[in-house]
Amino acid sequence: MMKECMVRLIYCEMLGYDASFGYIHAIKLAQQGNLLEKRVGYLAVSLFLHESHELLLLLVNTVVKDLQSTNLVEACMALTVVSQIFPREMIPAVLPLIEDKLQHSKEIIRRKAVLALYKFHLIAPNQVQHIHIKFRKALCDRDVGVMAASLHIYLRMIKENSSGYKDLTGSFVTILKQVVGGKLPVDFNYHSVPAPWLQIQLLRILGLLGKDDQRTSELMYDVLDESLRRAELNHNVTYAILFECVHTVYSIYPKAELLEKAAKCIGKFVLSPKINLKYLGLKALTYVVQQDPSLALQHQITIIECLDHPDPMIKREVLGEYSYLLDKEKPEEVISRLYKLLRNQSVSSETKAWLIAAVTKLTARAQASDTVERLIEEFSASLDTCMRQHAFELKHLHENVAVMRSLLPVSKSCEDMVVDASLSFLDGYVAEGLSQGAAPYKPHHQRQEEKLSQEKVLNFEPYGLSFSSSGFTGRQSPAGISLGSDVSGNSAETGLKEANGLKLEGVKKLWGKEGYLPRKESAAGQEVEAPPGAPGISASENLDRVAARRTQAQALTQSKEEKEKQLLASSLFVGLGSESAISLLGKADTVSHKFRRKSKVKEAKSGEASSAHNLTCSSLDSLSNTACEDNAYLTTLQDGEDAKSKDFPLSSELSDSESLSELPLAEKLSDFSLSAPSLFADSDMEIFQPLSSAAASVTTDTTSASCFLEETTEDTCSGCVEVCSDETVSVSSYKLWKDDCLLMVWSVSSKSGSEVKGANLDIFPAQNFKISKHPGCCLPVTEAGSTRNFQYSLQMEKSFTEENLSGFVNYQMVDTHSVQLEFSVNLSLLDFIRPLKISTEDFGKLWLSFANDVKQNIKISESQAALPSALKTLQQKLRLHVVDIQGDEGLLACRLLPSTSSLLHCRVHGDGLALWFRSSCPALLDYLSCQCQKAMEGS
Amino acid sequence: MIKFFLMVNKQGQTRLSKYYEHVDINRRTLLETEVIKSCLSRSSEQCSFIEYKDFKLIYRQYAALFIVVGVNDTENEMAIYEFIHNFVEVLDEYFSRVVSLLTEEW
Repeated sequence: MMKECMVRLIYCEMLGYDASFGYIHAIKLAQQGNLLEKRVGYLAVSLFLHESHELLLLLVNTVVKDLQSTNLVEACMALTVVSQIFPREMIPAVLPLIEDKLQHSKEIIRRKAVLALYKFHLIAPNQVQHIHIKFRKALCDRDVGVMAASLHIYLRMIKENSSGYKDLTGSFVTILKQVVGGKLPVDFNYHSVPAPWLQIQLLRILGLLGKDDQRTSELMYDVLDESLRRAELNHNVTYAILFECVHTVYSIYPKAELLEKAAKCIGKFVLSPKINLKYLGLKALTYVVQQDPSLALQHQITIIECLDHPDPMIKREVLGEYSYLLDKEKPEEVISRLYKLLRNQSVSSETKAWLIAAVTKLTARAQASDTVERLIEEFSASLDTCMRQHAFELKHLHENVAVMRSLLPVSKSCEDMVVDASLSFLDGYVAEGLSQGAAPYKPHHQRQEEKLSQEKVLNFEPYGLSFSSSGFTGRQSPAGISLGSDVSGNSAETGLKEANGLKLEGVKKLWGKEGYLPRKESAAGQEVEAPPGAPGISASENLDRVAARRTQAQALTQSKEEKEKQLLASSLFVGLGSESAISLLGKADTVSHKFRRKSKVKEAKSGEASSAHNLTCSSLDSLSNTACEDNAYLTTLQDGEDAKSKDFPLSSELSDSESLSELPLAEKLSDFSLSAPSLFADSDMEIFQPLSSAAASVTTDTTSASCFLEETTEDTCSGCVEVCSDETVSVSSYKLWKDDCLLMVWSVSSKSGSEVKGANLDIFPAQNFKISKHPGCCLPVTEAGSTRNFQYSLQMEKSFTEENLSGFVNYQMVDTHSVQLEFSVNLSLLDFIRPLKISTEDFGKLWLSFANDVKQNIKISESQAALPSALKTLQQKLRLHVVDIQGDEGLLACRLLPSTSSLLHCRVHGDGLALWFRSSCPALLDYLSCQCQKAMEGS
Repeated sequence: MIKFFLMVNKQGQTRLSKYYEHVDINRRTLLETEVIKSCLSRSSEQCSFIEYKDFKLIYRQYAALFIVVGVNDTENEMAIYEFIHNFVEVLDEYFSRVVSLLTEEW
């Protein structure tokens, strides 16, 4: 079923419809399906994704698994997908497996392994450098397919550095001889030509090897000669080989006899009525002309005829190089012919440029010609700038024949000219310009980026740079964490939804997708001086402004209006820095009592006072507080200070209650919403009227945010797990996630309650950890006579994902013989991840400093659809620190002991959670993204 | 090096596409339209190789179906031209009647 869907999806995408929603299913299919489904899954993945696609990382594990499979088909599929598409940074994960496959007994596996390595060579040549010796084995493989596959790698490597492979020339020559001599299985024949593409590949390699190297070239003269002779069959593909052969002959160290033969061969091409062959012949002639124009003379009549050919492609080939070899024809005549062509309307401007270039070359030899002058006159006024430039060039050259002669020497072809590609002769000019205050040159892509970032409405510093690092799509816009902008827009909505039944109509949207929405009524007096997040305002500026506001907020002598502004601003930006929340918190306390009292009254009124449950109470409390706020807000507008304060006490209260009761947020929220209606049954319903409800939702939002800002416990500790036991003792272990290390505690306790004598515990050394005995007691476990605790602190030395830590316990039995018990404990990298407590500002700075990032989309279930609960899950399961929450976006941070930190930005959209990790360590990123996925799926 | 492989019919509908280098999905549609346009505008007197932006297009027509391969500068045009035909023959081998469906022109 899924398979069918996937095939259809592939088709949809092929027709140009975006099917990105199905990408994850393709990966799942490759992960979980049966053979056929897996095949389709892999196929879809290879068609949908590209090298740097974030989802591709999810495939790595599957590939590794399949590579290890004993099932040939699975291994094949994994190798195929690796050779098509594989994330560069994950190459080390599969490289050893693929290297092993080079020795596989099945040739198809060997061949695919070689192709996979070819892929690696293309994307990360350094990573496969050490296996060059194995490529040689592949080249000499008894199977032709494997050998042919290895040629791809060799062609590539020789192109980069031909000198390192000269010793292989003999091998290539032998192979080519065998192929040409028809020693290959008939399966490789194409229209009875033996392995034509293989021949072409070999010829290319020889051409590269023999270039400017007489000794190497001499080795191949024979086989080239034979190739020229053998290719007599009148079939397209033999012409293809012939063409390649000519090319090779003319690129290696020349041998007169061969050159001549090859030039003669070209006659077959250019005289052919088949237009494709003619084209090929002309192209081959360009090689000939570069080497020795006289050899091309035999074809010049044909060439001139080709000038009149209807196909501009042909003409272009003609025009490039042949202007020099027209000995018999008078240059004037050719020029007038070209001129006629130039005036032909149907000729494309590109071809015209070629034409005029040819004329220029010819003019050097034609002395004064009327045609040329007419031509110059005509095209100097051409609308096409390119043409005009050519015409001017020609004009000036025409006026100064001496310069022209030296510029366009008759005897030499252009290849001898040295071009200073770095344009160093312009350095002086540039320096002069710079000294006069000109802006330094920026490459095109940089300019584009700058333009792009300027265009972005919201460009907050912490995310700004990432434009360049990863081609993001608008959906996951890094500027998306739009600080204030979403708070009263989107999050207002979600906040209201949570509160179940709040009226949405009339909610004023202060902040839309584009930033601050201009407000029509200024009656509310909330015009913030300049809307934060307006175009072009950088984050730092914003932060400054917020800070400024904060200090203002503390000044007691303020006009009401100003206070209100600050109220709004501070509630909008409360998440920006934890300190801002705190400072406001401290102040708010006194006032909150008043509100609480008020709300109590209301509770009583609505008959809710009976709910003695602490949590419900507090959430109710907070709601009614909110209500109060709005009330005050609406009716009086007077006590701005009060109004401002009320958000914070609630949040602190909530977070307190939470850390006390340890109840998951989701539960709390449900309580919250349950209690809400009853409150609304009250006549105070109207307080949630339009103007204020936006503010109300801000409050709830702030509440949830700040409860995260609180870390629940210091060092956490895992439950006690029994790792081994026998009839007398049992050994259990704890993990204590200390701030700087992982502390493992094993406690050996006697079952009978009697003393464990001479107990001793030892841990086998593990390669990834530094294990040291930890003195002192860290666990609140009593060390009675019947129990002995052993503590070891573990520091990670090498990164890993899962590892077993094993050891043994010795103890003395009553009858004095000692007993040994072995045990092992599973450790994961997660045990070394700690929350990283940083402020939002630091987060922003850190974010920019990390070069590696990974993006991932996770589907989340309904119950988690709200960001807070998703974050809660991550916080609890992965020990990430929730730095901040803004609307539907959240920031988390963690560090891997000892000091590698990683940041996570997540964003809820629809039923998905878009995660964006950044860290200095790519391996950590992959691990985290994988764990996050697990955590979210598992919950 | 081959950059992409297309099968497009005369109406300009893509029947098969395979890109060996990532091209954004929006740009694919655009590219395919332009490619088929330039192929359709060719007459039989013109050769089967077209220069298109950075690529060279090599196309072969089977009845109403165009197979177009985009390659870079280093490729041997005729080898690709024949490779297309080889591809069709392989298709024919797997799914009989392909050749009779496509008829003529080789």
